[in-house]
Amino acid sequence: MTDQTPLLRVSNLTKTFGGVTAVSNLNFQLQEGKLLGVIGPNGSGKTTLVNLITGFVKPVAGRIEFRGKNITGWPPYKVVGEGISRTFQMVRPFYQLPAYKNLIVPLYSPRVKKLAGGRYGDRSAVALDLLEEVGFERDAYVSYKKAGALPQGYLKRLELAKSMALRPDLVILDELFSGLSLAEVASIVPIIEKLKHQGKTIIMIEHRLKELFRIADRVMVLNYGRKIAEGEAIEVMDSPAVKEAYLGSEAD
Amino acid sequence: MKKRKERIDRGIKARSADIFALTSYREMLYLLIPGAIPVVGLLCFAPMLSDYWREVIISTAIYALLAMSWDMLMCAGLLSLGQALFFGIGSYIAGSLNYYAGLPPILTIPIATIGGGLICTVLLLPVLRLRGIYFAMVTLVVPLMLSRLVEATRILGGTEGLTGLTPFPNQLTALFIIQLAVLATLFGFRRIKGSDYGLVITGISDNDRSVMSAGLNIYWYKTQVVFLGSSVGCFAGAFGTHMDMFAGMPGFALDYSIMPVAAAVVGGVGTFAGPLIGAFILVPLSEMLRALGALRIVFYGLFLVIFVVGVPEGIFPYIQRKYQQIERWVDVT
Repeated sequence: MTDQTPLLRVSNLTKTFGGVTAVSNLNFQLQEGKLLGVIGPNGSGKTTLVNLITGFVKPVAGRIEFRGKNITGWPPYKVVGEGISRTFQMVRPFYQLPAYKNLIVPLYSPRVKKLAGGRYGDRSAVALDLLEEVGFERDAYVSYKKAGALPQGYLKRLELAKSMALRPDLVILDELFSGLSLAEVASIVPIIEKLKHQGKTIIMIEHRLKELFRIADRVMVLNYGRKIAEGEAIEVMDSPAVKEAYLGSEAD
Repeated sequence: MKKRKERIDRGIKARSADIFALTSYREMLYLLIPGAIPVVGLLCFAPMLSDYWREVIISTAIYALLAMSWDMLMCAGLLSLGQALFFGIGSYIAGSLNYYAGLPPILTIPIATIGGGLICTVLLLPVLRLRGIYFAMVTLVVPLMLSRLVEATRILGGTEGLTGLTPFPNQLTALFIIQLAVLATLFGFRRIKGSDYGLVITGISDNDRSVMSAGLNIYWYKTQVVFLGSSVGCFAGAFGTHMDMFAGMPGFALDYSIMPVAAAVVGGVGTFAGPLIGAFILVPLSEMLRALGALRIVFYGLFLVIFVVGVPEGIFPYIQRKYQQIERWVDVT
């Protein structure tokens, strides 16, 4: 259904840092409930795109609409209030706090309060439930361990749990799989599939193409801040421009 | 054979973290005694001292308030080198209300606490985006600027200051007022830090972008923290003004900025009890060394170095660890 208003519409988005154009005249739309994969070589503007949508950097030009509302240039906390949450490529836990206490901070946000009907309830109990959902073993010590002492795989899950705690409509996962072993990736993929099943809209920035192409509805390819291809995973894989820019060395 | 230190929580600690503590006197005492020490020490022990030492305790308590106020800002990652700003503003508000409008201390102190907190918060609002050393530089400079402003424009008594302000009825009254303020600040701030709100605050210093992406406006939270911290600092200033019966440029002196930082570092940053302990060690120590004349600052500095090198984590965290854990040396195989 093409007449449906998209959940997210990005038009003519441009961002420059000094003389470098990180994102250049980018246009795309995302329908509700879909999973969009964003790929591209290092420095192609993927993370800048995440930062633009979530308000961490302000665009030079262009427009970002969420549910038809113009959210261009909004500060991060307001963007989250609308229902967009993100993870960071470099995990950003509160290292001094136990894992489950890390989730207290997002659970404290006005958005969660609003959705819970003005009552927070016991945040610690909610936090433990959320951790279980992303694969922290229930009743195991790991949820109570200081975040600074957790292995990378758990930190990535914690990062995911932190964004899920906000009950977002759109989740942006910035290289969630980077730095993880194959086994760890394999255990997180079902969690993302489950989120998709629950009707969440997801944008995944990813380098692990095999896993991404398996779960993505559409894939967008960036290079030097420009969109060089977009479409079904298989179409994108076969596009010559993509092969040249991104898969070039592998295809040889 | 190599050895390493093993630390184990005392059984009593593990048990008393739960409601079962209520079933045993020993465990109730274990929980209550640490909180009772400052209450009993300040309210019962201090009034028994001589007039001179009571005076010392009062000025110690003023520094303790400034140190806890510094610690509150530090919790949100705001490194302040300008506690003198809070002291001076509180001092001038209370002083001028008393001098020009004739209000008694019972009114000037609360007004200076709240009003001063608001003024300081507004003054620091534009620099809340700064962190670490940048924020520190600004806070260091602002009180110096204000004191020169008073000197140059000759407002509020200029270099003479405002003299002959209403004193407290007697020393004991003053002692109890400041001690109640210290205890309220100590337990209040510790409670705030232990709450979910406190987690958000410490989260800002740990990782501000993560708090932003959690849908919280970190500048609003920093503003609240600055208000809390500066109100306590302004209270100290207003109280000190009525104690000295004088409000003037010395209120912006560097002493009020440096001593709280030293007290917090010696006592243990981020614990509120630490800065309190630190102040109660450093200020009386400085009094005791007065007999040494010019060498005073040398010995004082030496003690500071000994504390910082010997107990780098701070005195309070050290005592707390000893209280809560058993330590023993075990062989490393």
